[in-house]
Amino acid sequence: MSATTHDHAHGHEDHKPAFLVRWLCSTNHKDIGTLYLSFAVVGGLVGGILSEIMRAQLNFPGNHVVADGQTWNTIITSHGLLMIFFSVMPALIGGFGNWFIPLMIGSPDMAFPRLNNISFWLLPPAFILIIIGLFMGESGSGWTLYPPLSNQTYETGMGMDCTLFALHLAGASSLLGAINFITTIFNMRAPGMTLHKMPLFIWAMLVTAFLLLLSIPVLAGAITMLICDRNFGTAFFDPTGGGDPVLFQHLFWFFGHPEVYIMIVPGFGIISHVISTFSRKPIFGYLGMAYAMVAIGVIGFVVWAHHMFVSGIDVDTRAYFMAATMVIAVPTGIKIFSWIATMWGGSVELKTPMLWAVGFLFVFTIGGVTGVVLANAGIDEIVHNTYYVVAHFHYVLSLGAVFSIFAGFYYWIGKMSGHQYPEFWGKVHFWLTFIGVNLTFFPQHFLGLSGMPRRYPDYPEAFAGWNFVSSIGAYIGGVALLVFFYVLYRTFTSREPVPANYWGEGATTLEWTLPSPPPYHTFAELPRFR
Amino acid sequence: MDRAKSVCRRLIAGIMLAVGPGGAAMAQAVGAPRPWEMGMQRGFGPLKDEQIWLHDIVLVIITLITLFVGALLVWVMWRYNARRNPVPSRTSHNTVIEVLWTVIPVLILVGIAIPSFRLVYFLDRTRDADLTIKVTGHQWYWEYTYPDNGNIDFSSYIVPDDQLKPGQMRLLTVDNPLVVPVGKNVRVLQTSGDVIHSWFIPSIGIQRYAIPGRTIETWFKVDQPGTFYGQCNQICGTNHSRMPIVVRAVPEKEFTAWLAEAKTKFSDAAQPQRREIAAAEVQH
Repeated sequence: MSATTHDHAHGHEDHKPAFLVRWLCSTNHKDIGTLYLSFAVVGGLVGGILSEIMRAQLNFPGNHVVADGQTWNTIITSHGLLMIFFSVMPALIGGFGNWFIPLMIGSPDMAFPRLNNISFWLLPPAFILIIIGLFMGESGSGWTLYPPLSNQTYETGMGMDCTLFALHLAGASSLLGAINFITTIFNMRAPGMTLHKMPLFIWAMLVTAFLLLLSIPVLAGAITMLICDRNFGTAFFDPTGGGDPVLFQHLFWFFGHPEVYIMIVPGFGIISHVISTFSRKPIFGYLGMAYAMVAIGVIGFVVWAHHMFVSGIDVDTRAYFMAATMVIAVPTGIKIFSWIATMWGGSVELKTPMLWAVGFLFVFTIGGVTGVVLANAGIDEIVHNTYYVVAHFHYVLSLGAVFSIFAGFYYWIGKMSGHQYPEFWGKVHFWLTFIGVNLTFFPQHFLGLSGMPRRYPDYPEAFAGWNFVSSIGAYIGGVALLVFFYVLYRTFTSREPVPANYWGEGATTLEWTLPSPPPYHTFAELPRFR
Repeated sequence: MDRAKSVCRRLIAGIMLAVGPGGAAMAQAVGAPRPWEMGMQRGFGPLKDEQIWLHDIVLVIITLITLFVGALLVWVMWRYNARRNPVPSRTSHNTVIEVLWTVIPVLILVGIAIPSFRLVYFLDRTRDADLTIKVTGHQWYWEYTYPDNGNIDFSSYIVPDDQLKPGQMRLLTVDNPLVVPVGKNVRVLQTSGDVIHSWFIPSIGIQRYAIPGRTIETWFKVDQPGTFYGQCNQICGTNHSRMPIVVRAVPEKEFTAWLAEAKTKFSDAAQPQRREIAAAEVQH
């Protein structure tokens, strides 16, 4: 009798709809998370191919891999937007967020499952629009979209409008996702899980969701005005009609600066869990870690004009933004030191996820300290828009955020899929990536200090040496991506059974109490927390 | 502090001279990037000298911090490896150390911020300008105007690759460089005729956007006669990489002579196509 009941219950938990309905009309947080992660792989692959094209063009001065400057500008625009909106954000927020917020807080699903579905399905059309903009070759404004270059006069075609509309769709998607996350986290935690007992990943997603909620509408306003300037004869950013190009810069960076924290804060959450698990120690300074993220989020909203130090803003304004920007180093430092303190006295096992996490700490520190250099408005005057900036933000994003994505992938793939990754190839993937990306981006600091401007398809011969090194690094990074696909292949063809908590006593959050993979519906009965 | 600064500056200059091939040209300085350069371009004026000074200090601080974090990481991976330390501790709080790693970074940042504030106000603008020039960005050339000297006005285009003379640097050479007197405070007023550009000369230490509808003021001063190269540094369309900037600094006398020559060379009568371009732009 009891066996029958169990079977029945099991059958109900694992009742999956037919294929098309399951994947096209999904309201299940795990399936939507899987959709997001798969989408992020596609976005990252296309963005990565564009990177390799760019590094091939920059391999030698006077190269002709890319036909002309306009094509080049379109490629850099698409690369930036794809990596931000269609790879890093879907992976960290849509992917890991959807999968693990409900599992970690012990809730059966997200608060608004159907809203969750539309959040995802807004992205593929946005992606198609970006690709149209890329192939029409008409969105050569850089991802920052500064008018007048993005105006009808200078980017005449529909391609630019497609790119702008893609951002609207991606923005709406993120906004709906953020509303869903906030509601879920505030209302659906298991009984006993107070805010101060939430796993740090949940804190990270909560901060991220608020950043999205407050910054995306500003971007939406700015690009709506830009679309009106382009198509409906308004002059918000056109000085000949009384508008102001600098206004766009303010609006864009009011969104754009929180956006960089949107990309890195979820990573902070993942890294905390990985480090705690593989040190077999609780996280050091939990409250400090949680409120450091809150502080980074809050300060992140009042530093935007450090992207505009040479836009002719007033010197007192520059002084303020310089000081505010430097303040961010304090909570960031607290996080770095707390992670190291978590490892201190622990029992550290350097499995693949931990390798990525330690790699994250190292590259994020480098990216962080060059941020302190750039925060100095006086120094920024000669490194603004140079490769120094390119190196800086790739160290925190292309290395930092991406390392956290891979740490999360190797940490959770057994849980999500029920297949374990091959440890050896995971490590090969890490080391190849680590060498490749450092070889790519570290020399770019030298290029930037030496004065090489960004967004250049061709450069004077003096910059040839470090550009060559950088391109070699990019090819190694490309090979590492192929290794990742081999890891995926090996993972999904692996037949080894995966236990519920395959990391052992270090992994303490709720998702490790569930089988791997978890049943289709989880926590039909709410878990009690402590 | 000033003494230490000048020693530091001389040391750096000495190293640069020893390493770089351009050392021989003390009389005629060349401010351009060098192959395999790992640091900033050498400075030829007070702006860049001050920037290099602050940057060197900050670079030392951030290098120490990075090495410190790297060393801690290596230490915890080695000392607290599961094989060496099979039983983990349960420590998760230590108020003293948490206060320390908050307060010490604050002190370091305050230490950086003080000279940094000084620098940002120093770089902003000059009170006593000896000369004003106006810089206008265009797709894809620079236009220079001398309002103090009868509004001499000329355009500065890139020299295409196939017209370069031996010794001229590709993508860095222009037909008409901006000419300024050595040792004078030059006020720069910048604007743009179309999209946003950025007037950027690393070896002088100056950069500002050229934004349509705005006039942005800054300044510079060059210490030595020579030629200083820069490039447009804000994406401005298909030929963004093909509108370099060249500033030639000459002694006062030579500058006066150049002014007289320029007045005739760049008069409207001498360059009829200019009027056409101007007319086309007005229509546009």
